[in-house]
Parts: sequence; structure tokens; C-alpha cells
Amino acid sequence: MPVELAFAIEVLIAGLLSGVMYSLVALGFVLIFKASGVFNFAQGAMVLFAALTFVRILEMGVNFWLAIAIALAVMILLAVIIERVMLRPLVAQPVIILFMATIGLNYFLEGLAQGIWDSQVHGLDIGIPDVPWMSILESTNILISLFDVWTAVICGVLVLFLAFFFQKGRIGRALRAVADDNQAAMSVGIPLQLIWAIVWAAAGMVALVAGAIWGQRLGVQFSISLVALKALPVLILGGFNSIAGAIIGGLIIGASEKLAEVYLGPIIGGGIESWAAYFIAMLFLIVRPQGLFGEKIIERV
Amino acid sequence: MKIKKLVVTVFSGLVLSALSVAPVMAAEESDPTKEQFIPVLTYKTGPFAAGGSGFAGGMEDYFTLLNNRDGGINGIKLVWEECDYGYNTERGVECYERLKGKGLKGAPAFQPLSTGVTYALLERAAADKITLIFLGYGRTDATDGRVFPWGFPAITNYWNQSTTKVQFIAQREGGLDKLKGMKIVNLHLKHPYGIETIPVWNAMAEKFGFEVTHIPVPWPGIDQKSLWLQIRKIQPDYVINRNWGISCTVPLREAARIGFPRDHIIGVWWCGAEEDAIPAGAAAEGYIAATFHAVGTDFPVVNDIFEYVYGVMKGNIASSRVGSVYHLRGVSAAIVTTEVIRKAQEKYGVGPISGEEFRWAMENLDLTAERIAELGATGVLPPFKITCADHEGGGSARFQQWDGNAWHFITDWVEPMKDITRPMIEASAAAYAKEKGITPRSGMSMGSDCG
Repeated sequence: MPVELAFAIEVLIAGLLSGVMYSLVALGFVLIFKASGVFNFAQGAMVLFAALTFVRILEMGVNFWLAIAIALAVMILLAVIIERVMLRPLVAQPVIILFMATIGLNYFLEGLAQGIWDSQVHGLDIGIPDVPWMSILESTNILISLFDVWTAVICGVLVLFLAFFFQKGRIGRALRAVADDNQAAMSVGIPLQLIWAIVWAAAGMVALVAGAIWGQRLGVQFSISLVALKALPVLILGGFNSIAGAIIGGLIIGASEKLAEVYLGPIIGGGIESWAAYFIAMLFLIVRPQGLFGEKIIERV
Repeated sequence: MKIKKLVVTVFSGLVLSALSVAPVMAAEESDPTKEQFIPVLTYKTGPFAAGGSGFAGGMEDYFTLLNNRDGGINGIKLVWEECDYGYNTERGVECYERLKGKGLKGAPAFQPLSTGVTYALLERAAADKITLIFLGYGRTDATDGRVFPWGFPAITNYWNQSTTKVQFIAQREGGLDKLKGMKIVNLHLKHPYGIETIPVWNAMAEKFGFEVTHIPVPWPGIDQKSLWLQIRKIQPDYVINRNWGISCTVPLREAARIGFPRDHIIGVWWCGAEEDAIPAGAAAEGYIAATFHAVGTDFPVVNDIFEYVYGVMKGNIASSRVGSVYHLRGVSAAIVTTEVIRKAQEKYGVGPISGEEFRWAMENLDLTAERIAELGATGVLPPFKITCADHEGGGSARFQQWDGNAWHFITDWVEPMKDITRPMIEASAAAYAKEKGITPRSGMSMGSDCG
């Protein structure tokens, strides 16, 4: 294989796999938006809170799986508290009010996480090797990270689980009803509070998985909350209420930002991938304002 | 109603607790004529909290040590106030404005701990007659004190640090002549701090015949895959890690993945702390970084901090961090500040020191090896001497390597190449002076000999 072609494929695959990691964060946003029409500004802070809780419990010498279970329980408890204290008093308020509340929640959670645990950097090893896939490297000279491949597998399992959980059964139906019109759903007896608590708990679970994976890559520290910045263009492109959109959007954003950095970057000064992703997402918005998989909303007067 | 009740209860509790604390604070003896105020700009939360908290903790530990052990400086107690600006330049300027007027004679000096805030404060501080000290960060051309009377990039600046890196590489490879044909990647944050060394790398590349490729890292630099695929394609001999915070760690992971040897990555000293290496796990083993001070606890001054500060439960960070890179950087910064105050007291009399008095003492500071030994800090920081023309006063750097658990020195002090940097500093300072309409000082100026 020609060297340049192999390099281009390598960049493309690396971008796709990066995109999966962005999708992982974007999923948390999508879940909450689907259930309440609210863009949860605090999703990055939830990733930080979950990862810090997990790593600090691990550092106490607790078994890995037990630490996961405890951290998950903490995130579920957090979801219940958020529903009780923040969301319940705001039922039937305009969406913008809920959005503003999540901005407050973001800063509160950032402070709380660092206040309870600390603001230090913590190493985290969840046991996934971060080494090249040697057989592919030796046969094609294309470097693919085993860590990224494992991340893609975990993300796939998580998506299947969430899709099953939210599409099938009573909870799935209730979720779809709440997403469609929460006041109408309440009027037919669907427990809005319970659904919101379940959705926030699921978003907390996604935050924990994202936090653990990004935490191994970056260390668990405040900056892990910045992964939310990577999810935003994915959401713009994929649509705020589509799990499939989060995945496909992630792949497109990941691949295109890496290709842009490598092939356009040197021409226009480099260091462009952070804004290139948003530029690509905006181009999609012009063509499809609701995003790639978002629902087209038709308002009739 | 329940929420309203809760809010009222919490608010009342806060007011009551504030009222109960106020008399205690008022009851403490406070005599402004016997106190030296020192502002502490810091960031103990946010993306760079590890560096901010360690640095501020080290400074405050040393101030506490002087108060507890010696009763302050010649009987003048050190008092300080923190302002956490979260490494946000605008908030840093706000903090400066909030603290500059405190104390009997106002704040004598600030250590911004951010290149961005330093740039933002240079003119403001000069107008307010307050000294800015920026140990080991920008802006570099403030080394020329004839143009920047109020700015001090003391001990070492970024440009000289870059030349020590090239000296270090040359030492390892067998001489400066071995640099010819070599490839070096300068992986730097796309930020004023990140780009500051580009001119000096270009100048050295031209002089020694190596090829330098500047690869900017977009903030926050949490995903550098595409950059490292480019590095894999370039196949450089060395990579310079000029990042900050989390973006310092990511290159170590990426390098491990592409099989790039970690002992061929050389970090700036803002990428050379425990907090940069530990999160990378085994991927950090062998990683090398420059530094301008020691790490560890095996120094008399650190033993005193344990005894007189942590021994009486007055520590300012977790005791496990005492002697870490950022903590000792803070201790070094506090040594410089307090030695300047001491020198100012020698000239102006024992009492609180003003910004102008501090500036004179800073410009005439000669921190000798003997004095550092008296402070119990031999090896913690190098001797240096400031003059009007040279606000850096040193320029050397040491190199340390991460063994998987701790940093260890692998060189003695490496000399900078001032023959390259000094003309560039003077040219840059002259351009600044022309732009701002500043007449460079000459002869005796502000109590110093400016040549």
C-alpha cells in the first residue's frame, strides 16, 4: 500500500475512533434532551463528578467492580436529588428556564465534585491496554489503537442497551410520551417525575462510562469536564434527540476534524481541529437545521 | 414552601456563623505598621488547579514558616490574601485590582502565575508602581529591564530555557555539531504562552542546521491523535512538549501508542510536575522535563516547613504534596519575594514596603549561594543576580526524568546560549519600547545603574 494512502487511512480510522469517544459523551446529552427537551449544560460536570467519585473510591482500595457499582449508585442518587430539588419545582416552566437551571447545576457540580473529593489529578487504569493493534500494524503499517477499538465496543454495547431500554417496554413508551409532550403525558397518568429521574440516572451512567474511559486516557481531573466541548458539534450535526445521530454524528465529526487538521491545518496555520468540528457542524445545520437525525418540528398556527 | 423555608434557614445560618466569626477575627491583634501585605493570585479550582494549588500552597507555607519560626521578617509579620481567578485572564486582572490597594502601603508585588495575566498587567502595574515577578514564564523580553522597569522574569525565561534544551540534546548526542540534520518538533499550545518560543527555535534551527516543525495544539488539547499521527510521519529525533495542564499529559499517552521514545520528549517546566506524569501511568516512564528548582523533601527549609507549619496544623496543602514540583516552585517564589522585602527593609527601614521600594530591591537583588544556604535552601533554587539590564539574572536550567514514581535530576545546571537570546530580547524590547513610546533607561535610573 502506498505510504500516503496508508497514512490517510490511518488518520481516517483514528478520527472515526475518536468520534466514538465523543459520541459517548454526546449520548448523555441526547438522553436528557429526548425526555425533557432540555439541553443539559451540566453533562460535562456529571462526567467529572462520576469519574472523580469512581477513582477516589478505587483509591480507597475498593474492588474495581464494587467501585463501579458504588459510583453508579451515587449517580442514581444524584439523579433523584436533581429531579426532586431542581426539576420538580420547574415542571411546566419554559424550556429556557430548565436550561438555565442546568447552567447553575453545572457550576454547582463542578464545585461539589472538587469540594468533596479534591482538585488534584488522579491516575486511572481500567485495564484496557493503550497499545497499537500489532497484527494490523505489521501487515499494513496502519496504526490502530486497541484502546480505541475497545472503546468502540463498549460504546456499541451501551447504545444497544440504551436503545433496548428506551424503545421497548413500558418505560420506553412512557419516555416517548414524555418526550413528545410532558403535560399531555402527565394528564394520562404517566409519572413524569419518575421518568425524569430514570433518564437523569441513565445519563449519569453514561457519564460514568465516559468518565472512566476518558479518565484512563487523560487522568481524572477537572479538565475531563471539557470533553463536553467535543460532544457539542456532534449534537449539532447528529441532532439533539437521536441516539443514532449521536453515534453517526460522532463518527463524521471525529473523522472530518482529524482529516482537516492533517491536510488543511498545515496550510492555514495548524491547530484547527477544535473549531473545524464546529464549522463542519454548522455546514450541516444550513442543510438540515434539525441535525442529521433530529426530528423535524412543524408548528401550525 | 419547603424550599423557601430551607433557603431562609441556610441563609440565616450563614449570617449567624459570619457574625460569630467576626469578633474572633477582630479580637486578633492587628497592627498595620507591623504587617507586610502580600497578594496571592491563584487558581485552586478549574483545569489548572494542580499547578495553582501547589504553587500557592508552597508560597503560603513559606510565609507561615517565616511568621511561626522567625516572627516574620525583622518582626514584620507577613499577611496575605488569596484571590482565585481560575486561570482566567479577565478574572486575574480583577483580582489584581481587588488586592492592589490592601496593606498599609498597598501591594508591593504580584506573581500572576500566568503568562496571559502577566501580559495583561504589565502596563497597568507600571502605572500603579507595583512590581510583577514572573519566575519562569513570559514575557521573555521583559528581561531587558531598561524597557520593562516593573517586570521581572527572574531566574530564567522561556527563550533561555529553550536554548538549554538544545544544549541538553547536544550533550546527549555528542556535541552541537551533531544537531545538523536533526528533526525537532515543537509541540506547543496555540496560545500566547505556547507560541512565545517559536522565534528562538527558528533562530537555533538556522544556526545549528536542524529542522524544526512547529505543531500547534488547539486548546484544551485533550485529543491530540491527529497531531501525533503527523509526528509519526515526520519521525523526529526529539519532541518539545510545550503545553499546560492536561495537554501536557496527552502527548505521553500518544507517544506510547505510536512507539515514540519518552526519553526523547522534553517538556517545558510547566509540563514537568508529578501531576503531568502520574495520569499517563507507565506511558510517562523515561519522560524528561526542564526545571529551575529542586523537587523532594531532603532540604532543611522543607524540614522546617514540616516542623513549624505542618507540625502545628497550619499547612496550606495536603502534607503529601510538600516537596512536590509545584510546591517547591511556590517555596522558591516565596523565597524570592521575602528576600526582596528583606533587602528593601535594609535600605528603607524596617516596616511595610511599598511597590517602588520593592522594585528597587528586586532590581538590586543578589541571591548568592551563601544566602541560599543560610535559608536552608541549597539546591532548591539557583543563585542569581538581577541588574537593570538583566531582569532575569540567571538563565540556567536542569533536566529531570520521570522514573515511573518520581522525578530525578539527570543533569547539573545547563547553561543557556545568551549569545543567541540576548540580541533577540533587546530587539523585541526595543520594538515594544517604540510601539509604546517608552524611552529605555540609561545611566543611573530609578536608583539603579542602567549603563
